[in-house]
Amino acid sequence: MSYPPEFLYTKEHEWIRVDDAVGTIGITHHAQKELGDIVFVELPKTGDHVAAGETFGTVESVKAVSDVYAPVTGEVVAVNSKLQDKPELLNSEPHDEAWLIRVRLKDRRETESLMTAEQYEAYLQEAAH
Amino acid sequence: MVGFGGWEMPVEYSGIIEEHIAVRTRAGLFDVSHMGEIEVRGPAALPLLQFVTSNDVARLVTGQAQYTALMYPQGSAVDDCLVHRLGDDHYLLCVNASNTDKDFAWISQQNSQFGAEAHNVSANYSQLALQGPRAETILAKVTRTELPAIKYYWFTEATCCGVAGLLARTGYTGEDGFEFYFAPAESERVWNMLLEAGRPEGLIPAGLGARNTLRLEAAYPLYGHELDEDTTLLEAGLGWICKLEKGEFLGREVLLKQKAVGTRKKLVGFEMTDRNIARDGYPVSIDGELRGRVTSGSMAPFLKKNIGMAYIPPRDAELGREIQIEIRGRMATARIVPLPFYRRPNRTVASG
Repeated sequence: MSYPPEFLYTKEHEWIRVDDAVGTIGITHHAQKELGDIVFVELPKTGDHVAAGETFGTVESVKAVSDVYAPVTGEVVAVNSKLQDKPELLNSEPHDEAWLIRVRLKDRRETESLMTAEQYEAYLQEAAH
Repeated sequence: MVGFGGWEMPVEYSGIIEEHIAVRTRAGLFDVSHMGEIEVRGPAALPLLQFVTSNDVARLVTGQAQYTALMYPQGSAVDDCLVHRLGDDHYLLCVNASNTDKDFAWISQQNSQFGAEAHNVSANYSQLALQGPRAETILAKVTRTELPAIKYYWFTEATCCGVAGLLARTGYTGEDGFEFYFAPAESERVWNMLLEAGRPEGLIPAGLGARNTLRLEAAYPLYGHELDEDTTLLEAGLGWICKLEKGEFLGREVLLKQKAVGTRKKLVGFEMTDRNIARDGYPVSIDGELRGRVTSGSMAPFLKKNIGMAYIPPRDAELGREIQIEIRGRMATARIVPLPFYRRPNRTVASG
């Protein structure tokens, strides 16, 4: 699996794609594989605020509940409504159709501490040992 | 892979949902070699087993098995298990992996007043479970044994995939199927041959995750969840394996008393009315008051609902009654429904 180079990544296996001041956030392919069949997603509402490093929702698989953490601070401007009826999209399209939320970034500099695709792939390799 | 009762076990192979659906509609193959086996023999075997278990062992004939519980004096279970009658004065118990040592120690301790031969023979057995509507069709390809002759909860000596063993029509999924007990030396070969034979029928390997969702839909108890040392068999809804008239056995007094005056709690099934999933251990409230706890809860892949079981006061256990379950700090609504959640079509009732 090659991770999209235009994304940045967290140690908790979220990705963010920043376009101007808006970040689109999701979970990585690695995360969905670890979770297994995803059956329920709990997300904030537009207008809610998320804080970098804090949980903003949960992704539930048959076997486990997993918190998802915000890579950046900001206001939620969009929530992916497709995931309500089709949570399984997170297994098939984690980097694409199954984005979770979009956030207007409070401080773009927060992204400097995130990993590039290359760094994330190395991180995964290391964690596998 | 996860650690489970001292064993490394696969949670899933291709995915819990896919494996679960396969078992309900075609077949799945489980490696359940982690289960424990205890052999009991001699003239004192029957008296010992009658004393330490709840069901009536004397009703078994050779080739027959029964579901039962190993008992504590307080009317609760040391473990739930199967007893197979291999012959006169010769029995084989199949027990939960995580309780094998505890069960054997308990049986040995009780045995001091009986003097039967009891051995922990778990190391001598691998066990595979082939479960699903196509299980018999698949198994017929790798054995000469007449499979229709093996009735539900009966077993026979059989050779499958060229390996001799015990073949039982038992299982933990709520589907038709078989469990094969055999010496571990050729276990990989048997596994591979079964998968190969079953491939055209849509057989896939299935792991612990699906094993749990399948037994939950069928409302089978799991020790440590619906059963533990503080829960009597009547509270767990297992009165049907308590043969109080068979004579003295551990816990009989407590069960007789509860039959007369009622139980402290009752196991109920529920269905979530919201989209949330209630999980093991979550608190249950009724009328705004904490009244119990979820014992097992999950999304049910075949029924496509979120279901679970919980212990609540008997007076609250009305079908259709609304209950609240606390899911990570927020209350979600559920409704009490009858058990089991799932019953397979054309099921024949076990005799004995």
